[in-house]
Amino acid sequence: MRLLIKNGRVIDPASGTDDTLDILIDKGKFAHIKPKIEEDGLKVIDASRLVVAPGFIDMHVHLREPGQEDKETIMTGASAAARGGFTSIACMPNTTPVNDTRGVTEYIISEAKRNAVVKVFPIAAVTKGLCGEELTDMVDLKSAGAVAFSDDGHPIENSLVMRRALEYSKLLDTLIIDHCEDRNLSGDGIMHEGYYSYKLGIRGIPASSEEIMVARDIILAKKTDAKVHIAHLSVKGAVELLKQAKKENVKITAEVTPHHLFLNDAHLESFDTNLKVNPPLRSSEDVQALLEAVRGGYIDAFATDHAPHTPDEKDVEIDQAPFGINGLETAVPLLLDKLVNKNIITLEKFIAMISTNPARILGLKNKGKISVGADADLTILKLHQEVVVDKNQFRSKSHNTPFHGWKLKGVPVMTIVAGKIVFP
Amino acid sequence: MHFDHKHLLGIEPLSKEEILAVLDTAESFLEISTREVKKVPTLRGKTVINLFFEPSTRTRSSFELAAKRLSADIINFSKLASSVVKGETLKDTVLNLEAMQSDAIIIRHSCPGAPHYVSTFCRSHVINAGDGAHEHPTQALLDAFTIRQEKKNLDGLKVLIVGDILHSRVARSNIFLLNKLGARVVCVGPPSLLPQEFEKLGVECDYNFDRAIEGADVIMMLRIQLERQQKNFFPSLREYREIFSLTQKRFRRAKKSAIIMHPGPINRGVEISTDLADSTKSVILKQVENGIAVRMAVLYLLLGGKERETTD
Repeated sequence: MRLLIKNGRVIDPASGTDDTLDILIDKGKFAHIKPKIEEDGLKVIDASRLVVAPGFIDMHVHLREPGQEDKETIMTGASAAARGGFTSIACMPNTTPVNDTRGVTEYIISEAKRNAVVKVFPIAAVTKGLCGEELTDMVDLKSAGAVAFSDDGHPIENSLVMRRALEYSKLLDTLIIDHCEDRNLSGDGIMHEGYYSYKLGIRGIPASSEEIMVARDIILAKKTDAKVHIAHLSVKGAVELLKQAKKENVKITAEVTPHHLFLNDAHLESFDTNLKVNPPLRSSEDVQALLEAVRGGYIDAFATDHAPHTPDEKDVEIDQAPFGINGLETAVPLLLDKLVNKNIITLEKFIAMISTNPARILGLKNKGKISVGADADLTILKLHQEVVVDKNQFRSKSHNTPFHGWKLKGVPVMTIVAGKIVFP
Repeated sequence: MHFDHKHLLGIEPLSKEEILAVLDTAESFLEISTREVKKVPTLRGKTVINLFFEPSTRTRSSFELAAKRLSADIINFSKLASSVVKGETLKDTVLNLEAMQSDAIIIRHSCPGAPHYVSTFCRSHVINAGDGAHEHPTQALLDAFTIRQEKKNLDGLKVLIVGDILHSRVARSNIFLLNKLGARVVCVGPPSLLPQEFEKLGVECDYNFDRAIEGADVIMMLRIQLERQQKNFFPSLREYREIFSLTQKRFRRAKKSAIIMHPGPINRGVEISTDLADSTKSVILKQVENGIAVRMAVLYLLLGGKERETTD
């Protein structure tokens, strides 16, 4: 199957390309990338006035399968990803059972091969059962197809376990992705601790809960010279720690989610359970610091932390609702509208943070770039098209978004995975 | 009279004029409870549901009597005797009760925002009878009513709120209300139960009770819960009592005319000495008495008279 994409503005941060080019895809790989490709008898896509980018990669997604298929499945999650402009997604191991054995990793990969329209990369657990005690068989899991390791949602409290995980991970040239939270400090908190939590009488999760764990991880990463990735960075103090660590060349990377960039704790005055997420929506000061860090180049990647929950689960009082925001189908328009259109970052930088960098962080060698021989994954954007977020249009099985009704400019209009159009 | 809300979810959304409207309406209801026949037909034919997910003596009985003295029909729901123990959700519980054609639902719940949530799907008027640590609007209204009875005017009064501010819905509703009515509010408690950020709500924070009580007109004591000690908010009740209990000795530093308030239930000899709680300076039982008139006023303003277009 050959496919020719003509006249698009091709932006590939990996090679520094920003030019009007034609792209020929053959057998799922990029075959030619040139100013003019003329060939008959193949399918042609006219990408005039569109931006053609290397396929977007969401390195933090919850697909819920196996075990929580009422919220999402590998099939629906992948379909939502395609609609959202993502060609690859990495899924967290907090399924039922937990992805802590070869069997579960292989199950996810085989289900994805059968049912997923985008590429799915499992992230395996660091510790058995996400209990924070015994390491998983990391070498075995890696060989089964796990791209990274994380106890996401269940922070590794024991610093010795974290140290051993980092040390052992060097055997694999992989990375540990940490959800940084001191559970003793966050307790049974629901929202960011600060003016609004005090005003609303809602139990708070202090910024220090994240800062302390980020600081610990930096210290351990420095000591072990291993790679650590900070998931969903959310507070100013953690941004400061990250900046310092990067100056010291610690092998640390970090991601930030759209909801932490574009919403703050003041929104909780509505008591809307769709705003309940962990880490919580932080103060406007934290949001400002995150935006500055994105602008300053300290944050490596955008990730959604796509956390689908059923309407019933969220249709309760805020105490009872599960944490999480459905992110795959809103992230790209949000980031284009709020960051690129507002000139906080360039389009090229945006593409780097949502494609090139996640590919590099996860070690996906043939992804995140438009070069001959690489996987023919593309995300095509229409920058001037407006969209109103409508949760009822979601392909995700769940609709838990706080962005319903938001009017945004800049949308993914086509998603191509290994040379195949998977959206629309 | 200006009171243009469908629900009473908190004090924070109310204007000063609306608060005064409730207090003035309550004045006119006060006398009904002293009659030989303590009943008027104002809300005859209306159905009110007392939906209490937490234990309560005062608030539940007070709402019940308020409804009955206005001739409304009221039923009491309590969590333990309901299908909530079988796992029925809050939403289903409310929808089922509402299917019995209720006009108002009075809700007490441990979760902040529970009444706001209920108001998003419910036809009835929703009255917040305490939602977690968030608000307890009728308590603040009856407190203001009682202060007004004793002091005529709230403007410029120094009001102390003492104790576990962090977890107190009574404190929050009173802070909102007293600020709107021009009182000077000083919160007193250990730093672990009185975060500095409370100053942004427009109050002064002081950890030194002896200093703060100087010149106070009103001293509002809050109940201290033993479970806070288990979570290390303070080391022991003994130490708490030493520093934050209202004793005769401390009370002497306040204005001579100062009054003592407490939303109940009181821990005698813990946050307040028994002799003070029972003294003429204490208006604790007055608060309870006034609570009925204030809740009658709230029910009347929401449910009474002609059905009018309301917005909230």
